[in-house]
Amino acid sequence: MDIDLLTHILFTMVRIGTPLLLVALGAIVCEKSGVLNIGQEGMMLMGATAGFIGAVTTGNLMIGVMMGITAGIFMSLLFGWVTLHLRANPVASGLALTIMGTGLSAWVGGDYVGQILTGIQPVVIPFLSDLPVVGKVLFSQDPLVYLSLTLTVFVWFFFRFTYAGLVTLAVGENPLSATEIGLPVMLVRYIAVLFGGAMAGLGGACLSLAYTPLWTENMTAGRGWIALALAVFVSWWPERRLLGVGLFGVTSILPVALQGVGVSVSPHLLATLPYVATIAVLVLLSRNPSHKYLIVSGSPEKLWHPSH
Amino acid sequence: MFLSIERRQQDSQLMVYLSPILAILLTMVAGMLMLLWQGQDPVNSLYTLFILPVSSWYGINDLVMKVAPILLCALGLAICFRASIWNIGAEGQFIMGALAGGYVALTLSEYISALLLPIILLTGAAAGLLWAAISAFLRNRYHVNEILTTIMLNYIAVNLLLYGVHGPLMDPDGFNFPQSTQFSESASLPLLLKGTHLHLGLLFALLAVVAVWVVLSRLFIGFQLRVVGLDRSAAEYAGFSEKRLVTISFLLCGALAGLAGVSEVTGSIGQLVPQVSLGYGYAAIVVAFLGRLHPIGITLASALMALIYTGSEMGQISLGLPLAVGSLFQGMLLLFLLACDFLICYQLRLDKASRYHPSVTLSGIKPAAEN
Repeated sequence: MDIDLLTHILFTMVRIGTPLLLVALGAIVCEKSGVLNIGQEGMMLMGATAGFIGAVTTGNLMIGVMMGITAGIFMSLLFGWVTLHLRANPVASGLALTIMGTGLSAWVGGDYVGQILTGIQPVVIPFLSDLPVVGKVLFSQDPLVYLSLTLTVFVWFFFRFTYAGLVTLAVGENPLSATEIGLPVMLVRYIAVLFGGAMAGLGGACLSLAYTPLWTENMTAGRGWIALALAVFVSWWPERRLLGVGLFGVTSILPVALQGVGVSVSPHLLATLPYVATIAVLVLLSRNPSHKYLIVSGSPEKLWHPSH
Repeated sequence: MFLSIERRQQDSQLMVYLSPILAILLTMVAGMLMLLWQGQDPVNSLYTLFILPVSSWYGINDLVMKVAPILLCALGLAICFRASIWNIGAEGQFIMGALAGGYVALTLSEYISALLLPIILLTGAAAGLLWAAISAFLRNRYHVNEILTTIMLNYIAVNLLLYGVHGPLMDPDGFNFPQSTQFSESASLPLLLKGTHLHLGLLFALLAVVAVWVVLSRLFIGFQLRVVGLDRSAAEYAGFSEKRLVTISFLLCGALAGLAGVSEVTGSIGQLVPQVSLGYGYAAIVVAFLGRLHPIGITLASALMALIYTGSEMGQISLGLPLAVGSLFQGMLLLFLLACDFLICYQLRLDKASRYHPSVTLSGIKPAAEN
């Protein structure tokens, strides 16, 4: 394989991985605070739709991104209200969010099918982009890629070095003790949920404004769920989060690469690869039973609520 | 005067039944507001969505036919949800049932005819069962969370179906349309009543209502499922094997969803098409919760869900609304239901004295008076 092809594959992987990385970051923060929000898919769809509509109607991509984030936050606010204030089952609420997001995004976005939009353009960083391979892969991407990488570092730093990060972890690990020592459990969880929503909205907007600048119904095609799996993957091995994103990237571009080489396999069979890979990774990681993940509903400390 | 919230001394049995009705009303109101926002006349559109579909004999016929697949899937899901097993893979199990049953119908109909239909139905149910068994196996053996595996398997199933109808199962004389040939007469479910579309699938669904009721309310396994759902450690203490319950509930759900899928293709559609399921597996999640995980409740909720489906088709034809409106209503319905369920354990009270002691703050709900 020559170096140009490798560079191109890595470049595409980063592009495909960016929306996933953004959504997964939100999911990680949310889960660390002890809230399981499986509504990523719905929030992401709303973000993609609102972002696209915003950008097309105003002609300003920045406003589009902002609208995507706002849509995600709005959806997560619904989720937060129902699960945190009204104590509803988080799994069912997350599913409701996804079903609702699928319907609402298809409805409001229906008029925008086939609209053409000039997507977010790459910004080449001087000097750094001249590096071999890495320069093209990491430093000649669009701004959202840089933003996602910055946020990754930020989230890592937040949990590793800041007091607020420690508080979030404490609230997630043991809400009862956290209440005892006077930590605002409800507030922390709300902020985490809203951050998760903002990230999912941003991830959706990234999809509809940068990755494929057009709108189609159900355009996320399960990416929200894969990001959730990614969050699981990462919460055990934080240093390998980029590896996880890369894995999905590989399985997503494999179809394109194979067709390029002239292998003819049905595109529909190849389309199953990301999902198969996700299951395979989950199996590999979950074999160790001490790797408890995706907050098991029913465990008492996780279902903590101030009124009890 | 302020509204304050306090914990009820006892859960309200009345609200258990009232909350779904309240949720339906709230969904209607929110739906009207959204229709208004999208520039539709709300009264006329609600009439089109919910009254027009059942105002003709054909419409009722169509509605009852849509009840069958939703009901079968929701019954299966209810078994899992009772045990807090989050199988959201009814959609994939439905599609695999349809695909496998359809495959048998297409390949075997030249050779046999007498036992063809039972074989097709069994294949469909078995395919759904096996598809669900993957998630059960992965959970029991490798501790993989079932939410993620079932949803991934849904996407895989959709793509396998697309592969089938675009590839090996495509009708060679079908002008390249992604669909199979029509099933033969001997591979189609017989009608229950002449002059209607009501086929045997409806009978399966009604039988399943009784069967699932027996399983959940009359058999020991139903009790075990409920205990596991309420308190896993209590179930373990009582010696109930969680793994066994996971397997049983997954297999039952898979078989029911697979049967729903194969009945849908051999009864209603008559061939394999990309849209064998219009999201029935996801709608069934809403139905299971709305019906309080009880077979009778689920039957009523399925009828409502079928109305939402026929209504959104009607809305597409007469008002130019997208079909997705149905999915929006489903999501709102579930969200409102979960919100209203708050009133089962809590009550609102007009409280004159609470002006300086707001009960609901961002930091939570004030505990009830000591009891």
